[in-house]
Amino acid sequence: MVGRGSLARRDAVAAWLFLAPSLVLFATFTGVPVIAAFLISFTQWDLFNPPRFAGLGNYLALAGDRIFGKVMGNTAYFVLASVPAQMVLGLASALALNRGIRGQTFFRVAYFLPVVTSTIAAALVWAWLFNSNFGLINALLSAFGVTDPPRWLGSTAWAMPAVIVVSVWQNVGYAMVLFLAGLQNIPKDLYDAGAIDGAMGWKRFYFITLPMLSPTTFFVLIISIIGSFQVFELVFVMTNAGPANATNTLVFYIYQNGFQFYQMGYASAAAMILFLIVLMATLVQYRLQTRWVHYG
Amino acid sequence: MASRRGHNSAVDWLLFVVLLAGVVLSCGPFAWMLATSVKPDAEVFRFPPTFFTADPQLDNYREIFSAIPFGRAFANSLVVCIAITLAQLIICSMAAYAFACLDFRGREPLFLIYLAALMVPPQVTIIPNFILVRSLGWIDTYQGLILPFAFSSFGTFLLRQYFKTIPRELIEAARIDGCNHWQIYLYIVMPLSRAALGALAIFAFVSQWNNFLWPLIVTTRPEMQTVTVALSTLQGQYNTDWPLLMTGSVLAVAPVIAVFILGNRSFIAGLTAGSFGGR
Repeated sequence: MVGRGSLARRDAVAAWLFLAPSLVLFATFTGVPVIAAFLISFTQWDLFNPPRFAGLGNYLALAGDRIFGKVMGNTAYFVLASVPAQMVLGLASALALNRGIRGQTFFRVAYFLPVVTSTIAAALVWAWLFNSNFGLINALLSAFGVTDPPRWLGSTAWAMPAVIVVSVWQNVGYAMVLFLAGLQNIPKDLYDAGAIDGAMGWKRFYFITLPMLSPTTFFVLIISIIGSFQVFELVFVMTNAGPANATNTLVFYIYQNGFQFYQMGYASAAAMILFLIVLMATLVQYRLQTRWVHYG
Repeated sequence: MASRRGHNSAVDWLLFVVLLAGVVLSCGPFAWMLATSVKPDAEVFRFPPTFFTADPQLDNYREIFSAIPFGRAFANSLVVCIAITLAQLIICSMAAYAFACLDFRGREPLFLIYLAALMVPPQVTIIPNFILVRSLGWIDTYQGLILPFAFSSFGTFLLRQYFKTIPRELIEAARIDGCNHWQIYLYIVMPLSRAALGALAIFAFVSQWNNFLWPLIVTTRPEMQTVTVALSTLQGQYNTDWPLLMTGSVLAVAPVIAVFILGNRSFIAGLTAGSFGGR
């Protein structure tokens, strides 16, 4: 091909040929769009008329947008409730399944099933379970003597907790699998040494398992935070952001502005806020993991 | 396995019971989905509800295909998922080969750029991508559904890590025997990486089967919808016909669950590999 070229140069030519398809697709659908999204966020653009430069107008409008304020509050509520719940339950099930208990493969598969399920289908069945008139959940509640069960998805107070329950249900299995992998990386000698020093039961968990698991815990935390900020499909199917925007979250708001109101600039500005949050979470992971995370 | 120290049969029994209760919570909704889908209409709105009907009906499984083009949506999902999976296997493995087995200037910075893309939430690029696909006239087309996902940074990263574990001597020996890079890639690296390729294939297929936002915005005609989008359309049209909605849900989750139960080991490996999986 290159005739007299050195081996290294032929390597380089081969490398770029191997990379060519990925470079084209990456540039077209990721690289350029990231920059484009940033630029679009400084325009007013409804797709029917040419874009108009708006400076910081979209960002200033977001800052003064009362619905956006509510959306950010809802998103924070969702993240703060669902992340700890799915982590605690994920860790608990990982610990329970790490003892060599009978049927653990079965349990692992059963707990992981919601993870692989389409969120749209999951949201539909949960919307049916939470149905305030004919749903199973309120039927069970009244069977246990609750006389005035919540109206769940129809109630501004209870819709968000319902969405959170479904999100936790769907993500516990994922946290569990990551924690299980982390638990299995803890050297057995540590427990043997601990036993000699009298570390058993809770002590063993607190002084050996928890510190040795901290890199995993930290990783699960960051992944869960990033994932939770992107909640969309549950809201789309279960509540359509209602009632009265009680479950409107950041990505739903981006979708709403971009694809229902055709405000591409405004939606892109909101998307940039999401980008910033995810970026910060990732950077925090890089910087902090060396400090309080213990690597064995 | 963890140490069995401190094993206590009473504790284990208690745990077993708690774990079983957990199964009811994690799998109960699937049972309820299935149970509702075969209920006669009259029985659905009975309060308190019956768990399992004495008179199961399969009408909904017929009706759903006439209510909306659900069969077509199924075929669309299959076409899109298979195309994306194959494309990712080929394109990501080629890129991974360059990163893992070849020396060239700019390798590290380019790899970092690919990796950095993992930090970009998909919702950030979706607006420019929509504008692009729309201006190309690709709304309601397979290329519009497939091409934006034909390459994945995650897949490249996963395969590169795996390719790096292949002994360099093997590649050097092949070079001395006169193989070019294309042959080394095709006849040595790829066959040795079946496990990693399988994990990526499963991950790609399942995430695309469940993908929603992109197919939602780039399809307008029911004939081009994928299963998830068809399901949400069904909800819009029949929002109180719970047996029909549950039928659609059963059909949407069944293929993935079947694949999952048949190959759960490589499945979980695929979904957690390289630690960037999940959503």
